[in-house]
Amino acid sequence: MTDVAAARGTAGARVEVFGIRHHGPGSARAVRRALEEFKPDAVLIEGPPEADAIVDLAADPGMVPPVALLAYAPGEPPAPGDDAASWSDRRAAFWPFAEFSPEWQAVRYALDEGAAVRFCDLPAANQLIPPAQADDDDGGGDGGGDGEGIRLDPLGWLARAAGYEDAERWWDDVVEHRDGGPSPFPAIAEAMSELRERVAAWPSEAGPSAAGPPPPGHLVREEQREAAMRRTLRRALRDGFERVAVVCGAWHVPAILARVPAARDDRTLRGLPRAKVSMTWVPWTHGRLAERSGYGAGVRSPGWYAHLFAAPDRPVERWLTDAAAVLRREDLHVSSAHVIEAVRLAEALAALRGRPLAGLDEVTEATRAVLCEGADLPVELIRSRMVVGERLGSVPDDTPMVPLQRDLADRQRRLRLAPSADGRDLELDLRRDRDLDRSRLLHRLRLLEVDWGVPAESRGRGTFRETWTLCWRPEFDVELIEASAWGTTVAGASAARAGAMAEAAESLAELTSVAERCLLAGLGTALPGVMRALADRAALDGDVAHLMDALPALVRALRYGDVRGTGTGPLRTVVDGLVVRVCVGLPPASRGLDDDAARDLLGRLDRAHSALATLDDAAHTARWHTTLASLVDRDGLHGLLEGRLTRLLLDAGILADAPGRMARAVSAGAEPARAAAWVEGFLSEGGLVLVHDDVLLRLVDGWIAGLPAEAFTGVLPLLRRAFGEFAAAERRAIGDRVRHLSGGPSARPGDDPVDPVRAGPATATVLRILGTEAGS
Amino acid sequence: MTVPDNGTALDNGTALDNGAVPDNGTAPETAGDEVLRPHAEQQYAAELALLAEHDDRPRPPGWRLSPWAVTTYLLGGELPDGTEVSPKYIGPRRLVEVAVATLATDRALLLLGVPGTAKTWMSEHLAAAISGDSTLLVQGTAGTPEEAVRYGWNYARLLAEGPSERALVESPLMRAMRRGMVARVEELTRMPGDVQDSLITLLSEKTLPVPELNAEVQARRGFTVIATANDRDRGVNELSSALRRRFNTVVLPLPESEADEVEIVARRVAQLGRALELPEAPAGLEEIRRVVTVFRELRAGLTGDGRTKLKSPSGTLSTAEAISVVTSGLALAAHFGDGVLRAPDVAGGIVGAVLQDPASDRVVWQEYLETVVRDRPEWADFYRACREVS
Repeated sequence: MTDVAAARGTAGARVEVFGIRHHGPGSARAVRRALEEFKPDAVLIEGPPEADAIVDLAADPGMVPPVALLAYAPGEPPAPGDDAASWSDRRAAFWPFAEFSPEWQAVRYALDEGAAVRFCDLPAANQLIPPAQADDDDGGGDGGGDGEGIRLDPLGWLARAAGYEDAERWWDDVVEHRDGGPSPFPAIAEAMSELRERVAAWPSEAGPSAAGPPPPGHLVREEQREAAMRRTLRRALRDGFERVAVVCGAWHVPAILARVPAARDDRTLRGLPRAKVSMTWVPWTHGRLAERSGYGAGVRSPGWYAHLFAAPDRPVERWLTDAAAVLRREDLHVSSAHVIEAVRLAEALAALRGRPLAGLDEVTEATRAVLCEGADLPVELIRSRMVVGERLGSVPDDTPMVPLQRDLADRQRRLRLAPSADGRDLELDLRRDRDLDRSRLLHRLRLLEVDWGVPAESRGRGTFRETWTLCWRPEFDVELIEASAWGTTVAGASAARAGAMAEAAESLAELTSVAERCLLAGLGTALPGVMRALADRAALDGDVAHLMDALPALVRALRYGDVRGTGTGPLRTVVDGLVVRVCVGLPPASRGLDDDAARDLLGRLDRAHSALATLDDAAHTARWHTTLASLVDRDGLHGLLEGRLTRLLLDAGILADAPGRMARAVSAGAEPARAAAWVEGFLSEGGLVLVHDDVLLRLVDGWIAGLPAEAFTGVLPLLRRAFGEFAAAERRAIGDRVRHLSGGPSARPGDDPVDPVRAGPATATVLRILGTEAGS
Repeated sequence: MTVPDNGTALDNGTALDNGAVPDNGTAPETAGDEVLRPHAEQQYAAELALLAEHDDRPRPPGWRLSPWAVTTYLLGGELPDGTEVSPKYIGPRRLVEVAVATLATDRALLLLGVPGTAKTWMSEHLAAAISGDSTLLVQGTAGTPEEAVRYGWNYARLLAEGPSERALVESPLMRAMRRGMVARVEELTRMPGDVQDSLITLLSEKTLPVPELNAEVQARRGFTVIATANDRDRGVNELSSALRRRFNTVVLPLPESEADEVEIVARRVAQLGRALELPEAPAGLEEIRRVVTVFRELRAGLTGDGRTKLKSPSGTLSTAEAISVVTSGLALAAHFGDGVLRAPDVAGGIVGAVLQDPASDRVVWQEYLETVVRDRPEWADFYRACREVS
């Protein structure tokens, strides 16, 4: 192995450089073995040197991979309500580690054996510079995106040179699947030197992947990173370490071994822009390993790699046995004979394809052809359960955390809500204290844009029930760190955030939704401020449509308040004001409307009406009814609205003269189109009234029958719309009634005298269902 | 295929193994001239011979070619001397590899797929490449008797001599076992359940007892079975799980891309044209593409550009049907037209293929014609032709 100690001027010191593939189980095992043989007293690992201070945590039993080193720029919270700051252009970077990552194995080895661990990449402080200071587009240390050149994927070159389409499969064959045998590292270093020389001659010599030159920023960054690696190595030698191991991506090996004067590296690194950066460990997931971040290489099959690393021997047999177990758990019958044949097929396929050992491709084919008998669905099951194998790591309690994260962890423990990466459903019964607290926590997190829980539809099962889908994603830690600018506890931060949102809200509807969310989250402290803003806004907003839109959400919120025991006094005041304003504003707003506007108002009217019915406040209801009653007699009201209002008032029992009104509306003097609109409005909430009220039915029937031919054609579409919305059974019932109409008024049913003895039990049951005991 | 006067003793299975197509009554060299459709091993005899010549990889016992050469034979490729091997199956490479690897581990192979996805075609070529003989075939029908799978008797001899080896009539499967070859079972799910059951122990024990003679036939190495079955017909005689377990299953898909399908149709049409000795008529690639487009769009219920939803007809509209539409169109063009394949020549065939159910499919077809075909200016001739036929 290369001994560069002489070049560094420290007598007797030995340096070994292990070129690895990030997240490759084979190289992880090889690195572990090589380190055990070499017995270094210092291990340098590709990664941000800021992590040196917290690397000891990796030895903590509470640290379970997959985890990631997170570098973030503290301070400066994002603007409230600014959703544009997406995940990718956040100023944060990750270096993920799985159990099978060579870097992780190197860290664990060094900590177990008491060797020093240092990270040797360019400091995160230099990588996380704000975009304005960066002199190229390479802001987050994230490569150039789509236009990847050879330099960005050196393994692709070697793989293609070996005749493989896919670099991962090539690496699998050459390194990952070898167990025992000589160390692969000298050969890798050699191959990389060769490759780098060829790439240096590029682009005069067009490569097999003519993907265009790499972005210039990437070249500069690579030079800086490698200079930093060399400098760290020099420092380690100067500090007197005698056996130094360097673990880094294979591509960098020749650069680290190159004899570059220290002065030149210092010059390269001098004066780089720096950002203030904090560093910590965060839990990571297998799914996220597949993405490019920090260590560029993503893996598509982390579950398979974890298996390769963990299985002591016979990986194919073990994998297929596990797959059979997964299928059996889903009640698919898979026998041992199946597994045997699947192993045989996988091995035959590997031989046919000239591979030393069956890989994931062969195993998947065998699973499909034998275990799943050609069906694709179970194969997909195996893929999600095993090939990706969603898994969430964890970090020990004494990991550096912002107070907000700590507060959340504390709450999670107290409420017994452990984060996990698979989306599972949670049913909450808000009548129980713990469930109520859980619900509040999830709602508060949502205010901080940490959508750990997403509410699922569970309407119609009572307001005291909530259904959530819980799925923890690694980026939530970043959200929490950013949100920590709002406060140090979840409650405090979300209250502050809600206040800011209320101040920035532009419409009444936005404000009401903030208010609703505050109530859901049980943020009593934030509510007064939000309510004040709401009251101010409602007073200034002249558009009655906005006011009507705001009403249902607020009434709903009032009802939540009852269930959740939140003080709703201020909200009540706002609702009171709102109802009065709506009642005053409605008459002018309903004048001179065309068809579309009338239809819009009809919807609002219905929603406001049902909101007020929910509110069940006698004074408000009376005011509302008076308003409607005054409206209905107004001239020039749109037919649709007049019909609807008549119906609402009829249902409310304060309109005695419904048949007379209908007769007037549909009489020959009225224009047929308006009459039809009236009928539509009148019937827009179901046609049962026609089944039960012969007089009205007779009026409608008579009107339709009396229409002149051309007018009938004109109103037919409108009628069709009105009747088309009824349920089929309702339509049939109406049809039946119409048939019997010809028999005259005597055919009217329902005049049988009620038999109180027979009705008694039924009445009692109904009363019990309604919650009023017959006796009380 | 039964040979009444079968003079072969039970133990000398090799006695018959003296030609590419034994028991055929026709010498192989004349077959190409007289039979309607020569077997794969006859039609591609030259390719198979060349492959065998260049094949230096290990061959499983009883195989004529190594698994690698079989794969090359099916998927096409170039031999070291530069000879081009024509592709027989155009589709995912992995399917062929799984099929070959299955047979190499002496497992039985079940090819599943909707009608017209080249199941039979693939099984014939696999058998031809592996055993050099694709004729050991059981054609499954609702009336297939157990004798077709096991063995029968020549009753005249049975009455005259009593049970004897000479009175025994072998089934294709028995012959394949005895000679260590690939037997084929077509339309497995159409066979009655009890006949299917007789395959179960045959496939696991690889032996066929003949209790009447107190003897048995043990399969020689190289024996295996390729069965084909139809996805849509699964309900007919559902395979028992015991039988299912003895097969490795490969599902053959419909062609993935339009380019693939055009290639398949064009290639097969050219081959069929030669075999049927149609007068030479250039199979206009444009016309083939149009047929394939119509089939694909109707099958998917969506136009090629993904803009318009369509109803799908009741038929499967497989690639095999597209091939037959173009072939019959070619015959029309050659005999009655001007020798060039044109829209009117294929229109009749397409309409016939689409209208399987006269009531519902007619609506589907009319809609397609009026909403899609009509709006394509370059398809005006096709539209007119279709209007005339339908």
